[in-house]
Amino acid sequence: MKALAARRHHRAAPVVLLLLALLVTGGVYAVLAPSPATADTASTADIETGKKLFQANCATCHGPNAEGTSEAPSLVGVGAAAVDFQVSTGRMPMQMNGPQAQEKPRQMNEEQTAALAAYVASLGPGPSIPTEEQVDASKGDPASGAALFWTNCAMCHNAVGAGGALSEGKWAPELHDVSERNIYNAMVSGPQSMPVFNDANITPEEKRDIIAYIVEQRDGSAGGLTLGSLGPVSEGIWTWVVGMVLLIGAAVWIGAKSS
Amino acid sequence: MSTTINSPAEPTTPAGKAADFLDQRTKIGVLTKQLVRKVFPDHWSFMLGEIALFSFVVLLLTGFFLTMFFEPSMELTEYHGEHPAQLHGQLMSVAFASTVEMSWEVRGGLLMRQMHHWAALVFLASMVVHMMRVFFTGAFRKPRELNWLVGTSLLILGLGAGFTGYSLPDDVLSGNGLRITDGVVKSIPVIGSYMSYFIFGGEFPGEHIIPRLFTLHILLIPALILALIGVHLFLMVLNKHTQYPGGGRTDKNVVGVPAVPVFATKMVGNFFIIFGVLALMGGTMAINNVWNYGPYDPSLVSAGAQPDWYMLFLEGSLRLMPGQGTEWVIAGYTLSLNVLIPAVVIPGMLFTFLFVYPFLEAKVTGDHREHHVLDRPRNRPVRTALGVAFLTAFIILAVAGSNDLLATHFVMSLNAITWALRILFFVGPVLAFWITKRICLGLQRKDRELVLHGHETGRIVRFANGEYIEVHRPVDEQERWLRVNYEAYRPLEIAPATDARGVRRKGYRSDRRWQRISRFFYEDRVEPVTPAELAAAHAHGEHDEIEAQRGTPELVSGSASGEREH
Amino acid sequence: MSENVNPTPSRDVTAAGTHGTVTHPDRFTDPGVPEHNPRLTDRDPKAAKRAERTVVLLFGVSILGSIATLVAYFLVRPDGTTEGVRLSNVLLGTAMAISLLAIGIAAVHWAKTLMSDRDYIEERHESRSSDEVRAVAAAGFKDGYEDSGLARRGVLKGAVFSALGLVALPIAVPLVSSVGGDWNVGKFRHTMWRSGMRLAYDPTGRPIKAADLTVGSVAHVIPDVPAEERETHEWITEKSKAVVLLVRLNPEDLKADQSPEGETWSYDGIVAYSKICTHVGCPVALYEQQTHHLLCPCHQSTFDMADGAKVVFGPANRPLPQLPITVDDEGYLVAQSDFKEPVGPSYWERLK
Repeated sequence: MKALAARRHHRAAPVVLLLLALLVTGGVYAVLAPSPATADTASTADIETGKKLFQANCATCHGPNAEGTSEAPSLVGVGAAAVDFQVSTGRMPMQMNGPQAQEKPRQMNEEQTAALAAYVASLGPGPSIPTEEQVDASKGDPASGAALFWTNCAMCHNAVGAGGALSEGKWAPELHDVSERNIYNAMVSGPQSMPVFNDANITPEEKRDIIAYIVEQRDGSAGGLTLGSLGPVSEGIWTWVVGMVLLIGAAVWIGAKSS
Repeated sequence: MSTTINSPAEPTTPAGKAADFLDQRTKIGVLTKQLVRKVFPDHWSFMLGEIALFSFVVLLLTGFFLTMFFEPSMELTEYHGEHPAQLHGQLMSVAFASTVEMSWEVRGGLLMRQMHHWAALVFLASMVVHMMRVFFTGAFRKPRELNWLVGTSLLILGLGAGFTGYSLPDDVLSGNGLRITDGVVKSIPVIGSYMSYFIFGGEFPGEHIIPRLFTLHILLIPALILALIGVHLFLMVLNKHTQYPGGGRTDKNVVGVPAVPVFATKMVGNFFIIFGVLALMGGTMAINNVWNYGPYDPSLVSAGAQPDWYMLFLEGSLRLMPGQGTEWVIAGYTLSLNVLIPAVVIPGMLFTFLFVYPFLEAKVTGDHREHHVLDRPRNRPVRTALGVAFLTAFIILAVAGSNDLLATHFVMSLNAITWALRILFFVGPVLAFWITKRICLGLQRKDRELVLHGHETGRIVRFANGEYIEVHRPVDEQERWLRVNYEAYRPLEIAPATDARGVRRKGYRSDRRWQRISRFFYEDRVEPVTPAELAAAHAHGEHDEIEAQRGTPELVSGSASGEREH
Repeated sequence: MSENVNPTPSRDVTAAGTHGTVTHPDRFTDPGVPEHNPRLTDRDPKAAKRAERTVVLLFGVSILGSIATLVAYFLVRPDGTTEGVRLSNVLLGTAMAISLLAIGIAAVHWAKTLMSDRDYIEERHESRSSDEVRAVAAAGFKDGYEDSGLARRGVLKGAVFSALGLVALPIAVPLVSSVGGDWNVGKFRHTMWRSGMRLAYDPTGRPIKAADLTVGSVAHVIPDVPAEERETHEWITEKSKAVVLLVRLNPEDLKADQSPEGETWSYDGIVAYSKICTHVGCPVALYEQQTHHLLCPCHQSTFDMADGAKVVFGPANRPLPQLPITVDDEGYLVAQSDFKEPVGPSYWERLK
């Protein structure tokens, strides 16, 4: 340990460590990454179509070979999951600059998205799109999912996934309408402000548990109208808007002279 | 009402016999005689306090139900219920588990919990609204200053009851509320750390806080609230209720409906309406579904981590305070002004204002009389404006406490909202004060206008000589009385600085200071119309006589050029 | 109390046209309580009958509502699912609301339409008691004081007040002193982190390998202790101080951390900071991986994880304390030591 500590300050140490880390990361991915569903089956033809689509729609910002520009990040190594998430939710191609890319009607159909994903996946190893099995909420355990969700997700997305604010005009979107596949895609690819939750941090089974918890929330609340599931502020507003308006209205009626 | 009649004859009816039995032992007849036909003025705004009172009754009823199932214990347990599925097998405190079980497994339990929580929010809201009514109409003036103090204490106790109850389920949301409380307590100079130990029985969160809060919530605070409600109502009956100004209403009488039957029936009706509205809310609108927040864990927090609405102003003031340069180290000791100012000083100022205001106003008005006829808010422009300014500050802070939701729902930057509100907190109340005062003075002038010239009728008349006038309908006697029956107080007059022999007078400086405050209150004022002014105004329009002779009710004023300034 | 006896309406307001001949009073006079206007139900017996029928109907509705509540209670049992609990709750709540609201509306309608709405006038009396009464009360106190002999017996007086003044302490001191536990506020200074203790994922408790962390990822971290230890109160209290947020940045993005000269507290772009806000102690956890900013959801203090967790916005004043970390032989992340300063909100003797 001592010898290691002494060498830690060697000039080459950072480089060696970085190489080591990269090697280990790559290795871990090779072992842990789920069998890439799309990438495997992607034919060369798909990749070619994807490349054409990329150059027509994405290259302006991301560079002709997806190497990134000052406008937009490199896409080498972001994987098929990132493309599937960004393009299928309409966030990409982006239409206008803002604090963050906004969800909008998707501009590319299922095949085009798959081709783009295949192309980007071919540029470097990255997280791939989950299988049906991996996002099947009925196979997940909502209790384990709830604990993980509350620890890792609730601070931004709210305890039941109703969304929340980030700094400087950014926000964490609400999750009720997000497809199971895109919830998974987002966790492995870490779109925009969202951090990455790789399979060592949250295993694929745990990701499915989280999806099961989110899906369970779609049943609504046992107590009645959810009032947006936003917590005490919306409850306070409804106290005044419904409770106090009704009660003061009743008081006015009681106090008014009958004609 | 046979109970009140002390007839020498033997009572024959069962009610009469019961009344006789009771009276022979308590002399209750004397009390009943005074109360049964006691007169209460009837006005909707006098029922705001009833909303508070009756929502408190609902709190007691539903709260009793909840204590049958809630276990205030921080023992850890594994949740065995199948539902909700997200909690199955999780480790949690018994307090949390019992809250979830009473909601999911006890029939009617969820309804009672939700009604209890809605009733608490309505209780606080109605106290605030009731207090606003009392403030803006000047009902806190002599002899009711004491009752104002009782009421303000009730508001503080209500906040305490709400806070202790909010924390009981031991969920993530309330746990973080306690954590913030701990942080605020620690910021108190010298004794902060020890106070934190005093509250939590050791380090946060420990295992004592839930049982301690439970005792406060179901015993100490409700007992104090009940006792003070007793004092509040006793003083209300003793002083007799205030009444709005109007014909025949003076400081020497009270005009209204008798307690039995009209007032009592309306009151009972109001109780059932309030109970019913709360049942409707509890049955249809979800509130504080703790199983969604999860059992408390010091690592967890959820977006939208906020207290109930009545504490939002504190949350907001904590959010608005900039942290840079506001933590001072003095001789090695840390003074956290970034926490102390928003969480201790600001609410301290608010409640100090509430507590001293009746005495401050009496002092600057130089007024020692009893008042039983209420003020119309416009007739006390500075008081009304001060009240609106404080309310504005309160609302700005509450909005700041919800800034993250504003950011997401109005697509704005959280940081920009915070900055805007920081500025607005200082500018808003001043602006609100100025605008409100101007509106009040404007309304007073409008009153004068109406009394002097009557209501515009929109009827244009052309005279033979070609002159056009708009016919004005004079206000009737009752309306005129309403608009002229007030006192425009003047600033205090004080004795000169030196006496006749040129010796400096003791206490002059203090008098002078009070005079300055008094000027702030009463410098700008609009005097009510006097009979002489009215007569002069009538004389002014030379067409009055024609109209009067014709016997039409309208009073003519103005001339071809329209409204004239008199 | 007298029934609506008005003072005679004032006649001293001059009628238009007669001015100049009369001197005007300073103020207007009270016109008295307005005339009572009979209501529709006072004038029309049919309307009164209608109102009565409405009231009866409403009481009937309330009876039905009460029965419906009982039916809902006994027949619609919540089956445990969200839908089942909701159905039971909605039925009970609305039926109960109907039974209550109908009584309330019936009572008010009855009072408003069928009970007399004549105004009554009651005299008020001054709040203070009369001078005679005050004199008797004051004399009573004076006599009592003289009878007690306190005025003549100075030592007795002193003894009484001393004893009464002190008697609160036997109750107050144990009460106050016992509820604070051991009062050892020095515990604020330390957490359970020790040299060589592994970092583990919250809530699963799996230890974390440095190699497992992707750049841009975040991990919520607890000390690696046996699972059964994590099921105690002591753990929750320790966890309140020990939780850590671990992020991995691109090493070139890491501008600074809190390592003093000659020490390295970070490991290859991996930094670990206390998750307890230095403002009032909320768990700070909203990590924005693009800006490296960490936002507190409670009061929006924002910390820059790439720059020693310094405050960039909000009410916090101090950076989050950094947990010095390194890796052990097996590649797991471990703490070098405890935090070097107290975590969480400031308190008076924090720097002592």
